[in-house]
Amino acid sequence: MDKLQLLLLLALALFAIGLLGVVIRRNLLVMLMCMELMLNAANLSLVTLARQTDTSAGAVLVFLVFVVAAAEIAIAIPIVLLLVRRRHTLDADAYADLKG
Amino acid sequence: MAHLLTWIVVLPLVGFVLNGLLGNRFGKSFVTVVGCGLPLAAFAAAMACVLDLIAGGAREPLVHVAYTWAVVGDRTFEVAFWLDRLAAVMVLIVTGVGSLIHIYSTGYMHEDRSYARYFAYLNLFLFFMLLLVLGRSLLVLFVGWEGVGLASYLLIGFWFEDAEKARAGKKAFVTNRIGDAGFLLGMFAVFWALGTLDMDKVNAAYMAGPPPAVAASVVGVLLFIGATGKSAQIPLYVWLPDAMAGPTPVSALIHAATMVTAGVYLVARMSGVYMHAEFASSVVAVIGVATAFFAATIAVVQNDIKKVLAYSTVSQLGLMFVAAGVGAYGVAIFHVYTHAFFKACLFLGAGSVIHALSGEQDIRRMGGLAKRIPVTFVTFAVATAAIAGIPPLAGFFSKDEILWYAFASGKGGSPLLWAVAAATALLTAFYMFRLLWLTFFGRSRMSHEVEHHVHESPLSMTAVLTILAALSAIGGFLALPHWLEMQLPLPPVPDALHHFEWPLLVVSVVIAASGLLGAWYFFGNDAARAQRVHAKGLHRLLSAKYYVDECYERWLGRPLVWVSDRLFLNVGDRMLLDGTLNGLARLAQRGAGVLSRIQTGSLHRYVLFVLAGSAVLLLWSIGRV
Repeated sequence: MDKLQLLLLLALALFAIGLLGVVIRRNLLVMLMCMELMLNAANLSLVTLARQTDTSAGAVLVFLVFVVAAAEIAIAIPIVLLLVRRRHTLDADAYADLKG
Repeated sequence: MAHLLTWIVVLPLVGFVLNGLLGNRFGKSFVTVVGCGLPLAAFAAAMACVLDLIAGGAREPLVHVAYTWAVVGDRTFEVAFWLDRLAAVMVLIVTGVGSLIHIYSTGYMHEDRSYARYFAYLNLFLFFMLLLVLGRSLLVLFVGWEGVGLASYLLIGFWFEDAEKARAGKKAFVTNRIGDAGFLLGMFAVFWALGTLDMDKVNAAYMAGPPPAVAASVVGVLLFIGATGKSAQIPLYVWLPDAMAGPTPVSALIHAATMVTAGVYLVARMSGVYMHAEFASSVVAVIGVATAFFAATIAVVQNDIKKVLAYSTVSQLGLMFVAAGVGAYGVAIFHVYTHAFFKACLFLGAGSVIHALSGEQDIRRMGGLAKRIPVTFVTFAVATAAIAGIPPLAGFFSKDEILWYAFASGKGGSPLLWAVAAATALLTAFYMFRLLWLTFFGRSRMSHEVEHHVHESPLSMTAVLTILAALSAIGGFLALPHWLEMQLPLPPVPDALHHFEWPLLVVSVVIAASGLLGAWYFFGNDAARAQRVHAKGLHRLLSAKYYVDECYERWLGRPLVWVSDRLFLNVGDRMLLDGTLNGLARLAQRGAGVLSRIQTGSLHRYVLFVLAGSAVLLLWSIGRV
């Protein structure tokens, strides 16, 4: 099996683990970490494909994703902190006030 | 000089804004200065313009386009002011008598809580009235026409805490609306036929050239329907007597001297149309003479001092329409002019009496006031003699001319018309002197409490009364119909009738004198002689004003209420409109109820939905690419 294909499979596995974590775990922090996992899986696949096609566009996109991920986590963590301060729990189901 | 025309109109508006916004903050003296100063300034501006007009020979009108309202295709709608001889007479009456009544009001309304509001409304009225008089286009005239209706409504219901007075204001407004519908249709017809609403062009189009697409009589009758509303003619006169609920100076200014003559002004202004509208002119004359006689009979038995004057106003307006109907437009305007003086004087005199008697309006509880309030008495007596047509006071000249043309005009004059108009003149003299006698002569029938407080009015009121009485005395010497003849030609008189002129003049003097003697006979020494007259049924019919209000209520009011309630409210509004809207709202509510089940609040499920959605999109896009 090709090394690049292996890397793509790794990316797929990472993404699946992340998605599974977001879907089944209830802890907000764990859900955030799983999201990071999915982002990095995407990064991995981008780099791999950039290498495969011998272009640099994919690699540039990776830096963009880094920045977005950093910004996202910088906002998400304070929000989680504020939520926790109010309800004293990290359980995502505790914050279902807007449900129909 | 023509730009001053705009200032005549705008100055009272400035007064309205200042008094309306700042009047309560700056106190009464501010309100007085603004409220009286700006109408006086408008009067001065009007005077300057009219002098300018006369200096130019008064052949060419002064025109000033203040503003272009709208341009539709190749038609422009302008706010243009137009001062010719006819407008000059009206603008001087409106600003002159208007200013005097403003000054009078400072005395009459001095104790009122809403002093600033009162003057704001009065200035607003003046603004709209001047717009009406000076407008070149029917459209501008109509804006003024509606505006004076608004001001009239606000001032009739000025003391709106009293439900009766508020209702009187509403009645005036609604009744006028009916007339306005006719006015609007008339305007549509004119615009459809000629493509312009400028009154000089409309007149010119009907005077010369091929007849326009809409017959003159159609336009004439439709516009006259508007005039019956504003000028209180049959069948829409019912609002004017009730309008006496407003403060007395308002009755003098709006419901006697100026606004109610707007209908006469309209007919005179559109004389080019009416001259070629034989049918419309005879409608005007017949309605006018019928109203004049009808209202005069009611006035004979009224006991409220203001109601007598109100019916007398309706009756006099009828006489003006008689003149307009037989083609003597200048004479109609002449009567507008003299009537403005003596009727304003009478109303203000009545206001002074009411003021002296602490609010009493019933002439059965007056009497013997001549010595107690001498200035009011003398001025009231002069104005009474003027309206009754005693020579050489102002009313004599104008009324005699109306009677003469009702008899002799080659355009619809007839002995029958003259006879009814003359009977009206007789009744006028009779009920006016009855009013004078019951109010000022004989024994005092006042309660002790009221009698104790009787006092002459302050100088601001008596001075105005004196000026108006003087004008009612000498105003008739101005040969107004002659001056207006260039613009409003008098109708031809058949040669065979010329020798009737002097006999008829004598007859009208005899009529006035016999009215005076009749009133003296019945009410002169003691009121008992009047009570011995056995005409109970007639008296009851007249006191009830021929049951016209009751008939309107039963045959028009109640069916309308029934239809509105059953058909429009219950079927139309509640079932159709509300039903549709409520149904739509309920549909949205139910749909939202179903959809909201998806919003479980579980983040994990949302992620699953997103995943499923992306998967579907992915599969779909693979199939496409």
